[in-house]
Amino acid sequence: MFKKLPFILMTLTFVLVLAACGSKNDAGTEGAASNGSGEAATELSGNILAVGSTALLPLVEQAGQKFMAVDEYKNVTVQVQGGGSGTGLTQVSDGQATIGNSDVFAEEKLEDEAKVKELVDHQVAVVAMAPVSNKDTGVEDLTKQQLIDIFSGKVTNWKDVGGADQAIVIVNRPSSSGTRATFEKYALGEKMGDIQGSIQEDSSGNVRKLVAETPGAIGYLALSYLDDSLTVLKYEGVEATVENVEAGTYPVWAYEHMYTKGTPDAATQAFLDYILSDEIQQNDVTELGYIPMSGMKVKRDVAGNVVQ
Amino acid sequence: MNNKLKPRRPLKEKHYWEEWTGRIYTSICVVFLIVVMFSIVYFVASKGLSTFFQNGISISEFLGGKTWNPTGEPAFYGALPFITGSFITTLLAALIASPLGLCAALFMTEIVPGKGKKILQPAIELLSGIPSVVYGFIGLSVIVPLLRSIFGGTGVGIAAGCLVLAVMILPTVTSIMADALSALPKGLRESSYALGATRWQTIYRVIIPTTLPALLTGVVLGMARAFGEALAVQMVIGNAPHVPTSLLESASTLTSVITLSMGNTTMGSVHNNALWSMALVLLVMTFVFVILVRLLERRNRV
Repeated sequence: MFKKLPFILMTLTFVLVLAACGSKNDAGTEGAASNGSGEAATELSGNILAVGSTALLPLVEQAGQKFMAVDEYKNVTVQVQGGGSGTGLTQVSDGQATIGNSDVFAEEKLEDEAKVKELVDHQVAVVAMAPVSNKDTGVEDLTKQQLIDIFSGKVTNWKDVGGADQAIVIVNRPSSSGTRATFEKYALGEKMGDIQGSIQEDSSGNVRKLVAETPGAIGYLALSYLDDSLTVLKYEGVEATVENVEAGTYPVWAYEHMYTKGTPDAATQAFLDYILSDEIQQNDVTELGYIPMSGMKVKRDVAGNVVQ
Repeated sequence: MNNKLKPRRPLKEKHYWEEWTGRIYTSICVVFLIVVMFSIVYFVASKGLSTFFQNGISISEFLGGKTWNPTGEPAFYGALPFITGSFITTLLAALIASPLGLCAALFMTEIVPGKGKKILQPAIELLSGIPSVVYGFIGLSVIVPLLRSIFGGTGVGIAAGCLVLAVMILPTVTSIMADALSALPKGLRESSYALGATRWQTIYRVIIPTTLPALLTGVVLGMARAFGEALAVQMVIGNAPHVPTSLLESASTLTSVITLSMGNTTMGSVHNNALWSMALVLLVMTFVFVILVRLLERRNRV
């Protein structure tokens, strides 16, 4: 009997692994089915899988927890995964995820226009970025042209932009990053190549650490990551504050998007509405360092045109 | 007679069934394993090759191009900076880790076998249990500032990357080398001592030459691990897509570029396919490492 035990255990594991694969598939088809039908408003149920942007992840995760705790939605399961904006958009347009989280408009990432047309954009928050530098550079304000010169490698010493005599070290994001795309589009106005000797880090925590510790370093961070260890640079004389972003005087910001394929089903719609409700927007959104949608006095479209 | 035969029969039957369930079970597992392995190879290869066949990027441009700018106009997909970065960091890490690993292994098997096995081996094996993020963070918090204060500049770069990698592959190198050394027949050692050789003479005249192929296996497996390591290196190497001109300059490896960009690109785009091509290069390199190990083993046997 005991001799057989390991054998039985192994068989069990094997069967369980197979069963796990099977049940995952089941969940997938179930989710897809509930996607199409849209159930009665009385008792909402279903599985919501939100995949994508790591910048948006904390908000969706926190909102999801709160959402499931609401009595009315207790039969709805919200699962949240990271993976990056590109993964989110791919999975939502392929139908693997219910919601695709993205830092950029789908038009900017997806090459296939037919796929973009199927997606419905839900903007849930705004995230703003500020250029930051090491404390010892002696510069507090940079113009757009100065930033372009720095990030294109034309200016390599801080003394050329009115600071200390110190070499500039660029701490950048990888060229595919949504944060970098936003910074280049709205602060620099053009795409930049990578300079030899520049540093690329994908995590905001590491960018902050490197900029704070490396002499002469410059980078950019979302407002929620700013602290006293670095100098927050003014852009064209405008400080990066929530008020300035809302008023439209500070231009370096982007929407956080939650894309669905076609019109969302009742459960997903309820979740999206919940994120846009005052409870989440006024508490969690501001707490986590995003800017609520309701505060924005300006709107912006894919092309970057700003409307009051 | 009859009484003796009776209990045997069901036992025989039982063995028969056990034999067969065992066979069926193992065959299913083996088939499953083979399917998994081949589908992984097929998936990576089909994704990676579509860069060349569907997107029309030439293999020579990919392998030999020095410019990587997939979001630019026009886009460039030259992976040479990453390939060189991977090779330089891997070779340097092996250069640092091999002598350390060899000394540790010799210490454990030849010099102080008792204490070495009891203290040093668990300590080194502990190194392999630390997650690579932790190594990366230690690298970022300790090694990078250290290099910065000694050599100036930013501190991030190939030097920091290979130092972190060297520590990470140390357990692999050491444990394989220690196994090889302790597998050496006792007679060889004893005859060397019998001829009046000192312990040091025995080690470098007898033990190291006879176990050399097996020792090299340890180095190659360590290099295979270093070549595939992503997270820790990504945090300290700087990731600028350029062929570096100095050890203290920011550079990238194949793995660091893949982990940085894979999630941010959409499936099917040229950028994404180019990343899969890099994964294919990594896979091919792993094959090369495996073949190397096999060849060394064959030499070992003769």
